[in-house]
Amino acid sequence: MKPAEFYQRDRNWHPPALTPPYKTSVARSPRYSLLSLETTPSEITGPRFGHSDIDPLDNDLLQNYAQAGQSPIGERIIVHGRVLDENARPVPDTLVEIWQANAGGRYRHKKDTYLAPIDPNFGGCGRTLTDAQGYYYFRTVKPGAYPWRNGINDWRPAHIHVSVFGSGFAQRLITQLYFEGDPLIARCPIVQTVSDPLAIDMLTAKLDMNATIPLDTIAYRFDIVLRGRRSTLFENKLEGN
Amino acid sequence: MSNDPKYLKETPSQTAGPYVHIGLAPGAAGFDIYREELGHDIAGPNAAGARIRVEGVVIDGTGAPVKDVLLEAWQANAAGVYAHPESAGEVEEGFRGWGRVITDFATGEWSFKTVKPGPTPGRNGQMQAPHINLWIVARGINVGLNTRLYFDDEDNTADPVLNTIEWEHRRATLIARKTGDSYRFDIRLQGEDETVFFDI
Ligand SMILES: [Fe+3]
Repeated sequence: MKPAEFYQRDRNWHPPALTPPYKTSVARSPRYSLLSLETTPSEITGPRFGHSDIDPLDNDLLQNYAQAGQSPIGERIIVHGRVLDENARPVPDTLVEIWQANAGGRYRHKKDTYLAPIDPNFGGCGRTLTDAQGYYYFRTVKPGAYPWRNGINDWRPAHIHVSVFGSGFAQRLITQLYFEGDPLIARCPIVQTVSDPLAIDMLTAKLDMNATIPLDTIAYRFDIVLRGRRSTLFENKLEGN
Repeated sequence: MSNDPKYLKETPSQTAGPYVHIGLAPGAAGFDIYREELGHDIAGPNAAGARIRVEGVVIDGTGAPVKDVLLEAWQANAAGVYAHPESAGEVEEGFRGWGRVITDFATGEWSFKTVKPGPTPGRNGQMQAPHINLWIVARGINVGLNTRLYFDDEDNTADPVLNTIEWEHRRATLIARKTGDSYRFDIRLQGEDETVFFDI
């Protein structure tokens, strides 16, 4: 495969750097404009991962930290979908990593002091590789909402943090998955850093009864879209001559 | 409308938040879960070239260190080859060229060990000076920030990317300084000497 450029990011679709209702962004947002860089092989290439990097159980948060014969407390859910690019082509063999609070809204993190208890059978992270069709899935429990220090009474909607690689470093993305119907979505200053309702809808996993396992686990669908690539070479002298 | 090309929109970014370590570096969050965490060995045992250490701190707009940041590095080997099929050439067995590092929670200092990359091909047949591509996420950063680290003991004068930076004094924000056996690269999110970040 020959190198081809990625489509430019739509920076009006993504949140801007400075979003004062999300207070932490104020001191952590660059003030100069980003410098537009015509991509080179440094951005078109990116790290690759294989099955030797991870274990088969890594995508099963119901089991990957539970003691033998036990499982975490909470609603058992499947989160699944495809990783595609903007041309609707599947992104195969790419690493998807997730992390989340437990069903009570508490993270297993030494910096999290929320009074909801740690679940001894829940770690809160998972990872997997997409298959040849870009498909991935996780089993986990639905995370709880939790309060955070922003406004006095700000609560994060239930969410799962999602990290995806793609084939080039320019596609690197971290985002958050929300659950459809959650009334906290409209009230969250972090969600609302994204201005377009259609963009927020893309971050909202949909109840998927066809993928639900009766009497066992309820399913949510979450497709992820990474930057697409031009179909033509950006130049024919890329490699030096 | 029916003749419009059918494209999907990219999934919008959201901040990595304060607990990014749980997902991407759980050992640092205080628990072991995976057989092996990814990204702690950039170069592997067989890579040719100079073994180097890179260190720094990310500084916010108030001048304080950002203590919950996570950085990822992506670089070529000493021959200027990326571990990727679209990069011409081979890399050494075990060379991944990718690393992930978090800061010390108390000080905000981060560091990683690697090999010094070689010059790599750019556009139009031009060569790029040795550099490491960096991606920075943290609470309060809504979209991950891309920048590049160059080396002050290399000849950077012809680098086509540095030379696209119109304000010459800002180019210096991308140059790591050799101090002892390390290269120091502090990243400033705001203020005087704000680091140059790229829309790649
Ligand atoms: Fe969170």
